[in-house]
Amino acid sequence: MTLHPMIAALRKHKAGVVLIALQIALTLAIVCNAVFIIYARVQNVQRPTGLDESNLFMITQQWVGAPNGDDPASIQKLDAMMNEDISALRSMPDVESVTPINSLPLFPSSWNGAMSLKPGAELRAGNARTTYYFGDENLMKTLGLHLIAGRNFTAADVTNKGFRDPSEANLVIITKPLADKLFPNSDAVGKVVYLDGSSTPSTVIGEVERLQVPSVSSWASSFVWNSTIEPVRLNSNFSRYAVRTKPGRLDDVMRAVPSKLYAVNPMRVLDDDSVKSFKDIRAEAYRADIGMAVLMGVICLILLAVTAAGIVGLTSFWVGQRHRQIGVRRALGARKIDILHYFQLENLMIAGGGAVVGVALAVGLNRLLMSKFEMESMPAYYVLVGLAVVVTLGQIAVFVPARRASNVPPVVATRAA
Amino acid sequence: MLAYYLRLGLRSLRRNPVLTVLMVLAIGVGVAASMTTFAVFRAVSANPLPDKSSRLFVPQIDPWGPQARIDGSDIPDALTYTDAMALMRDRKGARQTAIYPINHTLIPDDVSREPFHVDGYAAYADFFPMFEAPFVYGSGWDHAQDDAHAAVVVISSQLNQQVFGGANSVGRSLRLDDHDYRIVGVMADWNPRPRFYDVNNDDGFSDPPDFILPFTHAVDTHTDTSGNDLCRGTTGRDPGWDGWLRSGCAWVSFWVELPDSTAVQAYRGYLQGYVAEQNRAGRFHWPAKTALFDLTQWLQQEKVVPPATRMSLLLSLGFFLVCLVNTVGLLLAKFMRRAGEIGVRRALGASRREIWLQFLAEAAMVGVAGGVAGLLFTGIGMLSIGLVFDPDIARLAHMSVSLMGLTLLCALVATVAAAFYPTWRAAHVQPAWQLKSN
Repeated sequence: MTLHPMIAALRKHKAGVVLIALQIALTLAIVCNAVFIIYARVQNVQRPTGLDESNLFMITQQWVGAPNGDDPASIQKLDAMMNEDISALRSMPDVESVTPINSLPLFPSSWNGAMSLKPGAELRAGNARTTYYFGDENLMKTLGLHLIAGRNFTAADVTNKGFRDPSEANLVIITKPLADKLFPNSDAVGKVVYLDGSSTPSTVIGEVERLQVPSVSSWASSFVWNSTIEPVRLNSNFSRYAVRTKPGRLDDVMRAVPSKLYAVNPMRVLDDDSVKSFKDIRAEAYRADIGMAVLMGVICLILLAVTAAGIVGLTSFWVGQRHRQIGVRRALGARKIDILHYFQLENLMIAGGGAVVGVALAVGLNRLLMSKFEMESMPAYYVLVGLAVVVTLGQIAVFVPARRASNVPPVVATRAA
Repeated sequence: MLAYYLRLGLRSLRRNPVLTVLMVLAIGVGVAASMTTFAVFRAVSANPLPDKSSRLFVPQIDPWGPQARIDGSDIPDALTYTDAMALMRDRKGARQTAIYPINHTLIPDDVSREPFHVDGYAAYADFFPMFEAPFVYGSGWDHAQDDAHAAVVVISSQLNQQVFGGANSVGRSLRLDDHDYRIVGVMADWNPRPRFYDVNNDDGFSDPPDFILPFTHAVDTHTDTSGNDLCRGTTGRDPGWDGWLRSGCAWVSFWVELPDSTAVQAYRGYLQGYVAEQNRAGRFHWPAKTALFDLTQWLQQEKVVPPATRMSLLLSLGFFLVCLVNTVGLLLAKFMRRAGEIGVRRALGASRREIWLQFLAEAAMVGVAGGVAGLLFTGIGMLSIGLVFDPDIARLAHMSVSLMGLTLLCALVATVAAAFYPTWRAAHVQPAWQLKSN
């Protein structure tokens, strides 16, 4: 079949052709970018935190009438209260491990700073930003972290300090990405680092494979795997504990926690949000990401449906308009399959033309989103897959009206002009 | 005549119900997606204090110098305690207040009731008149009480309801942790969205504060900030509360009211002068950097409108555009199929204007139907935005009369606009041709 008569026919209804092509172009541009947004969000949500997330929960509680001073007596009182809580939690049946902690990955509270190789340095190029986790010798076990070099803290390493005490721990465990940034060419274990511009050194005693920072916001994206663990119980009038339970016992332990803690000391506030499973922490952190992915998915599906319906509608109109011409062609010897192919090929040309414009629009829209919304650059295969999808969609949509056209009987040609 | 055209339109729309339903649904879905995301966008980008936003300003002072700005971070969005206190002392604005978020445990007088957690702010007396906080009972405190570090508190109507059953509680006492406060005022329901004075700590859309008490008193009782404590540009600090106050950590929000542009200029000059003085005194060792944002600029600076909200609005509008292109195509098909009918009408003396009217009337009917479908879908969208957006933000967007009107109007205007080209083509049908070929 030569294309010449087809192009000549298309020229007769430019407007319809342009409209379908434009619709396909816009659909391609939007769907490609929406799918890319979905991919980025899903990838964000799926990255592992480094924790063993099952059977893990966190308690946040506040004491009533606890000392609020920075004097040693107040701090030791608070530390004693914290230790009472920890031993009560550890004594619970089905509890495997407990650590005091200041926050967890994906939890909206964080303590961030910078680590450098020189004392008294400010945050400047060459220093690594990091988040700090404060816990005791059971932190590694409770969170289920993988130690890949050096050793874990021992009970003797653990100290305590007031919340406002700026002194730094002597020993730290850091994540591999942070170690690689600070010591690109050598082993970090045994090396000396300085935390937050401190003038006293801290020694790296271990390296963990992976531990995400608490914040999932974009401001933390430059140091998302740079975590530092200090063997310190932080004392203030509130406290947090991470608890690992025996497999399958999470709900029971979580339910039993408030009464257990009230029995230790009734002068405290535990509310609905105080005992939270890691699963809930994760769900809250990524709620917006998942929501965005769902929204984009729904928009994509409806958009593809609308475009397909539009193609069906307009092609049906053309088939109706060319009813007689089809009859004439059939009378002159064209087979049904020729008529079917004619409409399919016509759609292929229009959709192909639209898709080429759409590729340019998709890249343009991606550039716009990159400049305004901190989006990544979309890889080329997205537009190529998108192109294939819209062309295929066009072929599927055109099939029904094209088959109707192929069923036009040759006798139509003989009817009144 | 219009009634006749509407009847004709209805007849024509009924002739191909599938095509009609397709158009109506496409417009309905397109307009609903746009309206739902727009409702969210409108809620988060609203001006919380329209009559005063141009007179409220946030000063910024760079306490850390250029070294701390490597890594793309800007100067901190809060002041150090030292700078905030200097600005409070100098009182160069018509009104000013330092603010920081705090939380306490409220211990009810009634021992049978459990203590509970309350969130609030520490601020100065100017906070209330400056931000136009309404009161049900009593009022804020005065400057003398600021200076006296008075143990007074203003509570929200919600807390008043919870603790005092809604009665006038002014003069009564409230125990927060280990201190007693005298209630001087009960605010009416007041929660500007976004809560502009705390957007540097919060997303701006969370629950309103339960209480507000004097800054000077909160510092006396060593109440830590429950917001951000930005220390990234500092090197070490002395231990304890006083060490923290004296440190370079930035954690105090500061707002100043400046009545006119002369006052704004004067305040900018004052900030520059202050930093120059700090340089001379040896506290800063870098070229002065200060900034002064008005309320709307501050909301932009703090990116209060989440990028996801803008992005979903943009993509929904793109979606609506595709739906409209689709409508143009389908209307074109529909109208041109009736070329013969148009030819007859034109030959019988109908003017082009009449053809225009007839087909725009038909399109308007599609538009109205699309708008009604759009209302339905927008309603569904409003019920499900909680799944997509942050719950704090999602609950701000609701179906209002103005949104319903806008939905209908958008659908109608967009459909009639989409019908323009098809109608123009219909109006230019050559009657002679049509009559000949049929």
